Amino acid sequence: MAGKPKLAFYWAASCGGCEITITELGMRLIDVGDLVDIVFWPAAMDFKYDDVAAMKDKEIDICFYNGAIRNSENEHVAKMLRAKSKLLVAFGSCSHLGGIPGLANLFDVETMLQRVFDTAPTLDESRGTRPQMKNKMPEGEIEIPKLYERVRTLAQTVEVDYFLPGCPPVVDQVWNVFQTILAGKLPAKGSVIGAAEKTNCDVCTRKKGASGMRIKEFKRPHQVQLDPEMCFLTQGVVCLGPVTRAGCGLPCLNGNMPCRGCYGPPEGVVDQGSKLVSAVASLVDTDDPKVLEKILEGIVDPVGLGYRFGLAASILSDLKYGKKGA
Amino acid sequence: MVAQKITIEPVTRIEGHAKVTINLNDAGKVEHAYFHVNEFRGFEKFCEGRIVFEMPSITPRICGICPVSHHLASAKAGDIVMGCPPPRTASLLRELTHMGQIIQSHGMHFFELAGPDLILGFDADPATRNVVGLINADANLALKAVALRKYGQEIIHMVAGRRIHPNFAIPGGVNKALAAADRDVMLKGIDEMIAITQAGLKIFKDWAAANQEDINKFAVFPSGYMGLVTPDNSLELYQGDIRLVGRDGQQLEKFDSNNYLDVISEHVEDWSYLKFPYYKKMGYPEGVYRVGPLGRLNAIDQIDTPLANQEFKEYRAINGGKPIENTLYYHYARLIETLFAIEKVQVLLNDPDILGKDILNTRQEFKGEGVGVIEAPRGTLLHHYIVRKNGKVEKVNLIVSTGHNNWAMSEAVDSVAKTYITGPDIREGLLNRVEAAIRAHDPCLSCSTHAVGQMPMVIDVIAADGQLVKTLKRNS
Repeated sequence: MAGKPKLAFYWAASCGGCEITITELGMRLIDVGDLVDIVFWPAAMDFKYDDVAAMKDKEIDICFYNGAIRNSENEHVAKMLRAKSKLLVAFGSCSHLGGIPGLANLFDVETMLQRVFDTAPTLDESRGTRPQMKNKMPEGEIEIPKLYERVRTLAQTVEVDYFLPGCPPVVDQVWNVFQTILAGKLPAKGSVIGAAEKTNCDVCTRKKGASGMRIKEFKRPHQVQLDPEMCFLTQGVVCLGPVTRAGCGLPCLNGNMPCRGCYGPPEGVVDQGSKLVSAVASLVDTDDPKVLEKILEGIVDPVGLGYRFGLAASILSDLKYGKKGA
Repeated sequence: MVAQKITIEPVTRIEGHAKVTINLNDAGKVEHAYFHVNEFRGFEKFCEGRIVFEMPSITPRICGICPVSHHLASAKAGDIVMGCPPPRTASLLRELTHMGQIIQSHGMHFFELAGPDLILGFDADPATRNVVGLINADANLALKAVALRKYGQEIIHMVAGRRIHPNFAIPGGVNKALAAADRDVMLKGIDEMIAITQAGLKIFKDWAAANQEDINKFAVFPSGYMGLVTPDNSLELYQGDIRLVGRDGQQLEKFDSNNYLDVISEHVEDWSYLKFPYYKKMGYPEGVYRVGPLGRLNAIDQIDTPLANQEFKEYRAINGGKPIENTLYYHYARLIETLFAIEKVQVLLNDPDILGKDILNTRQEFKGEGVGVIEAPRGTLLHHYIVRKNGKVEKVNLIVSTGHNNWAMSEAVDSVAKTYITGPDIREGLLNRVEAAIRAHDPCLSCSTHAVGQMPMVIDVIAADGQLVKTLKRNS
């Protein structure tokens, strides 16, 4: 890389938490400013789409793209940044796996719009009005982006070079990735970076309990005082530790809350949710199918747990929408 | 005069994706400017079917800039739904986390997002008009800004485990008690943070003295004002009734959040994904109001911490005790609230119950419906859930802070465009002022478009006949 490497950040359908992770670098951000030129970062700087469009292909060395692809604007910017960037990194759960916005793939867009614009209890007589892509106003026409039928991941939209997981990625891992990239020590293209290969369960130090991990009943965190030293599954609380890639440093588990899987499946596992079902079912303490069914009913929302962050990237999403995409 | 279209895309130094369309008439004067929001994600719908106790961990993903607000509003709604009011210690710890959030969010906004406009100037070179430019211009100030934000984030980290998307509050309380050592660390930082915030206030007041003309012509307009208050109408950010005052500052309503449907309605326009809330009894658009720092300080009578109250008195005197209508005073109000939040941290940490171990109420009297409210950094936030007996969420309605300000932001954009864009020479700095009208509200369009969405901003200027003959680009 001649001169300072050029860096871009972008957010699509996301919450802004990934941007905050970058600001979490704090004083290290000043070092980043010395090592690279940030050429696009809408959250913090006044460079515009036109500035990016005017760049040559591959002029940006590294682009960190967070957020899922929800509408035509997200897609347009993803394609533009892909063309302008040597390395495109899917940054955070939403661009990696669809993230929580991907749960929207449980419904079609019309059903969502109905709730928000037709049936929400606060609406007045304007209920039923729908935002239109193009509007003739008395003073001229105005446009807003087209909402797509389903949420897609970045890799379902453009070719992605690396994946940095997490909702959001923890700041130390972001820093590690910066240094890895600047040192030119990246692994094979297509790899997950800023994370480990093992599972959270492998690195968790909670006690498994005397009886081993056998579950008779599922409980919820607000129903019991949770033992901060004991494995959640042993306590009958669903935890995604066994089906989640390690690397976050376990902030949830250390905060006495079970893992919800934001780092995605570990190496070798394609579908986190189906892996959770098989992992949990094997722990249930019964051979009687009726008892098993009753115990599993205690989970209440298996999809919302097993696919909390990964629905858009999952087998389930493909089943519902086939291969047509948006 | 040739018809024109100006595009600013995306709007920068705001949180999310938005667009402004400015229509020019044949004389090149601004006919009307629209602020519209591009994003929609559908949280109201896809939270249906989830389990209510998971909502405090799902809904923070509405917004990574103020995740604590959604986390707590959601837990508070869950408290009511499940009929399990939290023990006092749990409420204190939640409030402490919330104050950390106010400090970090307000601190970041003043110094890092709006600061470049105020300190470097609206007309500064756009390539350096940002936090990096600020560091180069005044490294000492930048260090203070980082320290203030970090202090807020560290409170969240120590109390709630994670800085972003905390996993801490659950219906009935919280899942982790506070260690005495952590309390002592937080207490040590108070004096320095107060000093930094007071330095920020001085920067703003000096800037205001030098820029009075801009302040008085930059989006000054009447509206109602809303915010949580204590029983004696002091500033409250965590728990209380919602107070709505009219343009003259007189109280229109003071109500429990669970009755919000009697007071607030929402209007839909087909040119924005964001709805327009208003005071139901007054109708739309007469009943529009503002929230956030400016709205809150107009809806209270005093502040119950001494340093912030002293600043408040000075602030309130600007308009002779009447509501402050100047959009640029959002920045001033934000700093006064930051001071309040720091003082409040001290009050909370010195409360003997803060180290209590009784943090979760597991006894429940299931109600099935509840509305959680909190004053997020950007304004009043409401989470309304209807839940089945097995814990599955059946219906969700959300009114978020930036949503309440939707009308005000549109009005501010229109007003600033009309004031500053008056001839064919449309300088970049003028367009930056249009963006600054939005930026003053510190909008969080991630929040507001929990419904659908995303927020770069685009400014289009279109002629009276709708013909697009020329495109003026921001840096052209």
